[in-house]
Amino acid sequence: MQINDNVLNYDEKIIFSLRSLYSKYGYAPYKMSKFEEYDLYVKNKDFLISDSVITFTDTNGKLMALKPDVTLSIIKNSKDACETVQKLYYNENVYRISKGTKVFKEIMQVGLECIGNIDNYCIFEVLMLAAQSLKNISADAILDISHLGVLSSIIDSFSVSYEMKQALMKCAAEKNLHEISAICADNGIEPEKAELLADIISFYGTPDEILPKLKDIPELSEAVEQLEAALAPFEGNELKEMLRIDFSVVSDMKYYNGIVFKGFINGIPNSVLSGGQYDKLMEKMNRKSGAVGFAVYLDMLERLENQKGEIF
Amino acid sequence: MKQMLNIALPKGRLGEKVYDMFEKAGFECPSIKENNRKLIFENEEAGVRYFWVKPSDVAIYVERGAADIGVAGKDILLEYEPEVYELMDLGFGKCRMAVAAKKDFRDDPNRTLCVATKFSRIAQNYYSSIGRDIDIIHLNGSIEIAPILGLSDVIVDIVETGTTLKENNLEVIETIVPISARLIANKTSFKFKNSQITKIMRELQKND
Repeated sequence: MQINDNVLNYDEKIIFSLRSLYSKYGYAPYKMSKFEEYDLYVKNKDFLISDSVITFTDTNGKLMALKPDVTLSIIKNSKDACETVQKLYYNENVYRISKGTKVFKEIMQVGLECIGNIDNYCIFEVLMLAAQSLKNISADAILDISHLGVLSSIIDSFSVSYEMKQALMKCAAEKNLHEISAICADNGIEPEKAELLADIISFYGTPDEILPKLKDIPELSEAVEQLEAALAPFEGNELKEMLRIDFSVVSDMKYYNGIVFKGFINGIPNSVLSGGQYDKLMEKMNRKSGAVGFAVYLDMLERLENQKGEIF
Repeated sequence: MKQMLNIALPKGRLGEKVYDMFEKAGFECPSIKENNRKLIFENEEAGVRYFWVKPSDVAIYVERGAADIGVAGKDILLEYEPEVYELMDLGFGKCRMAVAAKKDFRDDPNRTLCVATKFSRIAQNYYSSIGRDIDIIHLNGSIEIAPILGLSDVIVDIVETGTTLKENNLEVIETIVPISARLIANKTSFKFKNSQITKIMRELQKND
């Protein structure tokens, strides 16, 4: 059967292009039900982007929820296999509170998860698919990559309270160097360490520009090596020019670890893609294996119709 | 075609000071000094487009990408928590967010404290950080009048010199946070117009 492209609208074209991209790389479609037991979200409340969930009581008396997130369901239903790798993609509606109107909104999300024995190649493949997804949507896109180990190894070496560490992380996400200096000075942190933290957050550039600058900092060597290993296969790949290193990309450290990333498209004010390694969430859900994945948020893309990506 | 950098300036005295800073840094736009009611000014050569907006709206223009960068008070950033980069403390427009009350006010921890403010989120965050139960009365102006009329026990507001407070027989009982003007940037713009934004930051730092 031949499908005429013209009947597809903008969103649908993107969704189909992403689905065929992911299945080309061996990711299997994952179909989930609209509802999930509310319990799953309560246990991992901080993992959700908005903490409100639409709930209702099912006919059997169970409290159910319209899913605000897909990752948790995929982990719950996946096998805990440390030796193999499961590759899944999804295309689902999620229900979250919109920041502007403060009411629930249906958001179309496409994403993938790679669960199991995660090696550097898996991480590279996920990064590469994230970059290619952005490129499918728009020719003018950037993928910001960070390693949480870089910030945490500096901040964890400070003897300050948990609240102060959280405040420092928040400043890092805002690239707020002046407040980092102020917090460090107030808490008696050595000026060299405070300066190192501020330097690292102010770095922004391609991996080739930034990573060599980090080479001589012993406490960062492990994280930098992991970044290098995951990015090495990009050599010679045209997607490489989309990559930037930016340590202000932070995700909740209770769930994420290692490499995290966010995708931006010129003309859309917020990130449209977000992902990373979430071994800590796996641990919290009693899994021994690791995981990495990302989601593309399609609700923002309506504003971009005049700027077409590779698939158009 | 040269990519224009869109800059949102807060209308008023502060905004004029901000523009002077940008001008000194080499991003001039002479037409802005003309006395008229235009809101948008462009200098294609320098690659900048300025526009005047209500000070409390600067953060929204930047967050939504209508402006690439802008200058907003820390009070606005704390109250609205926009998703933007806070790149620099410009060091002027200095004042503080404070709790003020009538001179004879004594806090009774046994009852809910009634707080009148324009900055509900800042007040809420401050009192929850010290574990005090409060009720918030959101007002849009003339906050100082609330304790005098018995509408509230205290107010949370910006204090610059303290003259208004003094004239209304009020005094500061606690400083919550110092405030000053900040340079903010849209997250996407920071990536796609990075060289222009870092150039502006460098020049502004030189001016300090």
